[in-house]
This record gives sequence, structure tokens and C-alpha cells, in this order.
Amino acid sequence: MTTRLISLFALIALWQIAAHFGNPRLLPGPSAVFATMRSEAASGALFAALGATIARVVAAFVLAMAAGSAIGYAMGRNALVDRAADPWIIVLLNLPALVIIVLAYIWVGLNEVAAIAAVALNKLPNAVVTIREGVRALDAGLDEMARVFRFSPLMRLRHVVAPQLAPFFAAATRTGLSLVWKIVLVVELLGRPNGVGFEINIAFQLFDVALLLAYALPFTAIMLIIETLLVQPFERHVSRWRPRAA
Amino acid sequence: MRVTAKTIRTASGQVVEVIASLAFALEEGETGALIGPSGCGKSTLMRILAGLDRSFEGSVHIPAHSRIGMTFQEPRLLPWRSLEDNVRLAAPEASEPEISALFDAFGLSEHRTHFPGELSLGLARRASLARAFAVRPTLLLLDEPFVSLDAPLARQLQRDLARLVESRRMTTVLVTHDVEEAIALADRIFVLSARPAHVIGEVRVSRPRSQMNRQEEGAIAAKIEALRLQG
Repeated sequence: MTTRLISLFALIALWQIAAHFGNPRLLPGPSAVFATMRSEAASGALFAALGATIARVVAAFVLAMAAGSAIGYAMGRNALVDRAADPWIIVLLNLPALVIIVLAYIWVGLNEVAAIAAVALNKLPNAVVTIREGVRALDAGLDEMARVFRFSPLMRLRHVVAPQLAPFFAAATRTGLSLVWKIVLVVELLGRPNGVGFEINIAFQLFDVALLLAYALPFTAIMLIIETLLVQPFERHVSRWRPRAA
Repeated sequence: MRVTAKTIRTASGQVVEVIASLAFALEEGETGALIGPSGCGKSTLMRILAGLDRSFEGSVHIPAHSRIGMTFQEPRLLPWRSLEDNVRLAAPEASEPEISALFDAFGLSEHRTHFPGELSLGLARRASLARAFAVRPTLLLLDEPFVSLDAPLARQLQRDLARLVESRRMTTVLVTHDVEEAIALADRIFVLSARPAHVIGEVRVSRPRSQMNRQEEGAIAAKIEALRLQG
């Protein structure tokens, strides 16, 4: 923990030094960025933008994980479904995020539905592939045990299947969150009237790097906090039964 | 209980005959032991009896409303649930005193809250036996329950198991390749051939076992050996 803090302070110090010798317009120092952050926070604009972006991240993420888990499960369990859906997944995996976003805006319109659907669709194949791997690795022996002892479908899901998929779900969550929030910013930049991405677009047009960082940094911090306070404890909880590695 | 099973199964494209017209029958409450060389299809037979494998020709007759308790060759406990939860999940209607009594009977009382990964294989096997008994089975299927345990522990578990099976009067099918184990636990011993498996012969073990002396045991073992040579 202390190493991490020292490392973080070293980064800020480096930033300060670089800003001192460089052009303050291109790279404002930490104090200038914090001052901008404070004024944006005081006006409420910062929180409104953060709130709008987080709401989009959550909506797109939940949608992608729910649909991705269901599709991944079906593909992992059924060879026919797998063969039928696999080419679609590969197409989706290799379609650039920008193409999906632009197409969604053109076909659905410049609205919230299009924005969230576009982000979810970008994350979807990644969730499908990860969960499918987990389902393929399910223990057939435990499945037989559950059948012999007449576990109900709900019990099987909760006590047999879910614990085996939890590490895969955690991996999909981790890669998913970072992917989703980056794409949300692009979606906002291209076609939404609010959110962090929208503000960054304004900062870009004004060539205001302090404003840009004042919006980007708090959002990165929030994502770090979600990772540390939600994702990591979840992983620890679901792997508590594993004997500790020496 | 009557079983007349005959199966042809495919593995990696080839057609392999695992079991060839194999039939055996047990009266209700009897214990039958299937002994035969490894790889002769005993586990396949158990999976058919348990209803896990339906792609076979033949028929299995088990009394309606049978409750099946089973142990597999590996313990097959849920690694992410405590021993107690493992037993309770399989037997939701078992009462607290019943569960406590079972944990006592198998010497697991101090391990109730442990996860399977924290236990030795011997303890995990005992837990899987406790789970099989917890459902109050009318049909108990035991697939090599003591394999790969050291001899003294295996003997002790055998005695515990014999006591429990006798006190509960359930129909039991035991798969083993250990003649002594079969004699110690079974009323009827079915000697199976190598693959494709069929029954070479049947040996009855008279009760009560506790009064059986070494000589009688030796005679039964010799009979089984003779049958094996025939096959």
C-alpha cells in the first residue's frame, strides 16, 4: 500500500516538474488542474457530467453482462447454438467501436437508447466469450452429483454453476468496466449533450488542457475506487474457499 | 430390484462394447457387490443404475419412488461450500439431529464448517458417504468408496459402513475390486468379466457376518477366485 502511494506521489511530482519546464497551456501543473476542478465542482457542472456518464456506464455494463452471460451460457452448453452464434460473435468482436456507435446513431437516432445500446454492443462479445469459456470448463462430475441428488434447477444454478463461473464473471467485469467507460466517453463526444465525454469535447475545442484533465482525472479516480471497493472484494469473497497459495 | 442391462457406447467415434448382456437382481434390503477387473465397465453400470446414462439397450427396474444416495469414485463435494452445507444441500429435509448423528458416525463433527479443500482425501470420502446417507436412501450406490485409502482407514470405514447399512436396511450396490471388502459388506457378490462385462457367477454370503470365521471367509474368497479364472 505504501509503495503504491509513493509511486502515485512520484507521478504527481513528475507532472509538477514537467509542467514547470513546459508550456503551461499544453501541460498545466497539478495545482492549476485542481483549481479548475474546484471551480467546476462548485458550479455543479462536474458532478452533473460525472453523474450522467456513470449512469450510462452502469446501464450499458449491466445490459451487456446480462445478455452476454445468457448468450455465453447457451453457447457453452449447446454445441449447435455455439456453431450458429459463433460467426456473429466474431464479426461483433472485430467491428470497430466507432463503426457500431456511428451506425447506432444513424439507425436509431441521436438519443440515449442508441448511445447505451452502442456501448453495450461493444462490450457484449467480450462478455459472451469469457462466460462461454467458463461454461465449457464446468465440472461434469459435479453436474452428475447434482442430478443424482435431485438438485432443483435454481439450486444447481446457485450452488453448482454460479460458483464455478464467478471467476470468469469477475474477469469479464474487470475488462468490461474499463472498456465500457472508455467507449461511453466516445459516445458522449459524438452525440450526447452532457457527460464527461461532452465536456472533454468542449475542452478540446477551447484547447483547454486544464479543463480536460479536470474532468478526466476524477472519472478515472471513481473507476479505480469501484475496482478496489467492489470488484476486488467480490473476487476475494467468491474465492474464499480456495486454499491460500503459499 | 432387477437389472437387465446391455449397452453399446461410442467413444471417440469407435463403437466400444462396454457391457455385454449383463443381468443381476437384488432383493429389497440386500447388499450386492460387483467385483471385476478395472476398466470392465463397473462405473458405467453404476451410472446407468443412477439414471445418469440413458443411452443403453436393456432395462433397469428399480422400485418406484426410490431415493438414491450415491458416492462416486471421487468425493465430488462442492469445493465452495462447507461440509455441512454440502450435506444439507443434498438432503434438505434431513433434521439437525440426523445430520449431527451422521457427522458423528463418520467422525466428521469437528470438520462441519470446513471446506472440502481443507480436508484429506479420506475425510472427503467420509463426507461424501455422509451425504449419501443423509438423503435416507432406499437405494445406495457406492462406486469404489475406499479406493486409494490406506488399509487401516479403509477397514475402519468398512466397519462403519457395514453397521450403517445393516441398521438402515436399504438396498445397496457396491462396486469394488477388493474381495475382502465385498465379503465384509455384501450379501451377494457378482463376479464380472473383463470388458465387455458380463456376470461370470454369483456367490452368496450367509448372515450373520459377525459370526463368520476366517475359514468361511477363505472359502468364499476361493470360490470368487475360481470364478474369475473361468472368466
